[in-house]
This record gives sequence, C-alpha cells and structure tokens, in this order.
Amino acid sequence: MRISMARTLQIVVTILTCAFLLVPTLQSVLAGVTVNYFRGLSSGLTFQWISQVWDLYMDSIFLSIWLAITCLVCTLLIGVPAAYGLARRPGWASRVLEEFVSLPLAVPGLALALALLQLYGSMRGFRTSWTFILAGHVLYTLPFMIRSVLAVLSSMDLKTLEEGAASLGASPWQRFRDVVIPNAMPGILAGSLTVVTLSIGEFNLTWMLHTPYLKTLPVGLADSYASMRLEIASAYTLVFFIIIVPLLMAMQWASQRAQRIGK
Amino acid sequence: MSSRVFVQLCFVPMFVFVLAFLALPLVRLVMSSGESPAGWAIYWQILATPRYLNSLLQTVGVSFAVTLAALAISTTTGLFLARNRFAGRGLVLSVLTLPLAFPGVVIGFLIILLGGRQGLFSQLTSGNVVFAYSMFGLFLGYLYFSIPRVLLTVMAATEKLDPSLEEAARSLGAGPTRVIIDVILPGLAPSLVAAGAIAFATAMGAFGTAFTLATNIDVLPMVIYTEFTLSANIAMASALSVALGIVTWLLLVIARTFTGHTAAAGGG
Repeated sequence: MRISMARTLQIVVTILTCAFLLVPTLQSVLAGVTVNYFRGLSSGLTFQWISQVWDLYMDSIFLSIWLAITCLVCTLLIGVPAAYGLARRPGWASRVLEEFVSLPLAVPGLALALALLQLYGSMRGFRTSWTFILAGHVLYTLPFMIRSVLAVLSSMDLKTLEEGAASLGASPWQRFRDVVIPNAMPGILAGSLTVVTLSIGEFNLTWMLHTPYLKTLPVGLADSYASMRLEIASAYTLVFFIIIVPLLMAMQWASQRAQRIGK
Repeated sequence: MSSRVFVQLCFVPMFVFVLAFLALPLVRLVMSSGESPAGWAIYWQILATPRYLNSLLQTVGVSFAVTLAALAISTTTGLFLARNRFAGRGLVLSVLTLPLAFPGVVIGFLIILLGGRQGLFSQLTSGNVVFAYSMFGLFLGYLYFSIPRVLLTVMAATEKLDPSLEEAARSLGAGPTRVIIDVILPGLAPSLVAAGAIAFATAMGAFGTAFTLATNIDVLPMVIYTEFTLSANIAMASALSVALGIVTWLLLVIARTFTGHTAAAGGG
C-alpha cells in the first residue's frame, strides 16, 4: 500500500511532538535518581537525592496537600450549591454571575494576585497566614467546580425529579441532599479531581501570595531550580510527577465519564 | 422554608466569596492603577514608554508565533490520532496530554534540561547549542503547554465532523491531501480559531515559564512582576495587569462565540 505524503507528514510530526514532550520529562526523572547527572548513568543509580528532597521540602509537600484538601472543601461548599442555584434559575442574571465567577479562568493569576495583595496586604494576620493562599486557590479553582457540576445538572430534568420528590413531601433541603447531590455526583467527582490537581500545581498566584514560611510544592520547585544542584531539582520534580500524574489521569477519566452522562 | 428561598440561599456562599476575593480586589486594582502622579494617563504611558511598548510587542509576537506553531502541530497530530487506530495509540495520547497539569515553572525546567547550559543539546554539541534562556527557549516552553490544550480541542472537533462528507469527496476522486484541505480543515475552522485564541491568551499571561528561564526576557508578566516587587511601581504594575487581563478576557470571549462553550486559559 502506498503511503501518502500527508500521512507520512502526520506520522513524522506526531513522533517528533511526542519526543519533544517526553524526552525532557524522562531526562528529569533520570537526573533525579542518578548519582552524577553529568557523568551519566554510569555513575550509578541512587535514592539519595529523593531523600534529600524529603528532608528539605517535606513541609512544602504537606502544605500543598493540606491546601488542596481545604481548597476542595471550600469549592464543594461554595460551588455545589451555586451550581444548583444557577441550574434552577437560568436567565441573564445567572449568565452574568457565571461569567463573573469565571473571570479567574481568563485573567492571569499574576493580575489576580496583585489585586488580592493590594486589598489585603495591610491585614498582617491574614496576609501571613495560609488562609491567604487558600483564598487565591479557591478563587482560581471555583469556576472549574461550578462548571463541572452545572454541566451535569443542566443536562438532566431537574424540575421533574424535584417535583416528584416534593409531591412525596420532601423539603427543599431533603430534595437537595437526596435527589440533586446523588444525581450530580459524576460532575462533583470530576470537579473535585480538577480542583485538587490544579491546586497542587498552582504557581502564578501562589508565588505572589506566599511568605518565606509558607512555601507550597511548586514554590519550592521554583526555589530548587534557582538554588539547588540539578539532581535535587530533578528529584523534586520527580516527586511532583509522582503526585500529579495519577491525579491527572483520574481527572481525565472522571471528566470523560461526566461528559458522557452530560450528553 | 419555601423552595424559592432555598435556591436563593444557595447563592449566598458564592456571593460572599466572589465579592470579597474577586470583585473588591479587582476594583482596588483598577483604582491603584490611577494613583500615580500621571493619573489615568498611565494607560497612555504604556504605549508611549519604549520599555513597556517593546515588552508588549514582544509578548504579542511570541504568543502569536506559539499559537501558529501549536495549531499547525496539534492539527496534524490530532487528525492522525482521531482517524487512526493502532497499537500504543492510548499511550501516545497520554504522552501528548499529560503536560496539561504541569505548572509553568516545571515546563521552564524541562526546557532548561533540553537547551540549558547543562542541557541535552549542549551535551550533544559540547556546549555549542544553548537556547533555553533566549526568546526561542521561551517559545518552546509556551509551545510545550499549548500543544496538549489545542490537541484536545482539535480531536474533539474532528470526532464531531460528518464522515460522509469525506466519503463523498473521496468518491468524487479527491486524494487524502485534498480531502484534508477542502473538507476537514474548513469543518474544523471554528474550533481552530477558538483553540488559537485560548493558546494566545494563555501565552500572553504565562508567568511561571518565563520566571524559571529568567534572563533577558521582558515578556509582559515578567515586567509586571519586576515593576511590583523590585521597582515598587505599583500603579504601573496594576495598569499593566488591568490591560493584560482585559486582553486575555476578550480573547476568551471571542473563543467562546466560535465554539459556544467557555474554555479556560490558566496555567503557564
């Protein structure tokens, strides 16, 4: 069979793109477990860099995990009721509100951080606490939670479901708890995984909001890239990959599942 | 409690949060951009001062180049992956989409591993090829995080195309290249414009990659950062942020009018 020009080009570009994305990632993984990166693999494999990263940056890893969990709780408490409200009251006011909440998707994190710093920078207690970074993370991830839940809620016949429950005597709260939340579950799951993944990887906002005593994982990464030897920076990146890659794969799986239900 | 009141109560947490951490801070940002001696003319100063104008042009230039490159690469790859089934396709797809969650700083580091002073190309050429800290390095970094986003849009759009149109073209004697140019690309056009706008907006606002690559690159987010932290020129940092925010927001509004649903820039 003759392979056409177009097809050959497609295959070559696909292979080159894969190489471009994969090669530096593999380099970083290898450098993180090699005794001396410049002498190459012949210098031997080691876990000493990873254990050094653990000693140096353990706090930042735990801070990031803690921030991701608290950020998830906040976006659930704020986002799920909001998505329900938006689904129940479609109209121009809801559209404007949704558009405004979604601004952090469009406006660069740096600009949002400057805005937060100028308004709250003088409130020392808040400025230097971890809750200040949390506010930034919730701001950035909330639109993802709202959209994910809203997409599932708008695709089903919420009104009929609720009327059925109401005719059996369920109060608004009972209907929300026993009808809306179980039906919105695929969207809530996809939204939750997105929120956690994004929170752990967030840098642009966090770099501006953090203090020397409160470094998150990506802030620590930037720190190690600037001041540590290549092996430690790579080992730290490897630790980051180990945390983020399974989360990302779970997120993609859950989002596809929610989309299928949403159709 | 009536159903109406309950639904209204559902908005309360979001309302309070958005007011405190989005609306008021943004108002403060706009206000402080006008607090320098120049007043609101500061927005004119952005265009009149060579340093800011150059950085603006450089940022637009590199973002535009990245957008074109990402569209070309991702469309070629996306069409191939959407229309062919082969062993290892899932793996290729994972490799191409995993960088979605990499923060800009990590991507900057990966570019340093490729083209830095101790990078792969430098080792292969005994120190002759070092590009990580230049505009080209920045271009590659932006390309790295743009490819997965554009690719996913292209593949989703390809799956929605009507295959009978391609069959009709083939039955009329069109070769594979003609089918792509005359049938597939026009069908994909709205999605390509949308994906391009997203890639452009993301590149305009990207901070982490430029921050890691550092030296000599004056893209807009880096200028905002140095104005704010080193020069303490808060009014100018705010004005540049407001201008940048409006541009990226408008681009995403354009993207949405082409596809009908909102996409996220973010990251970088």
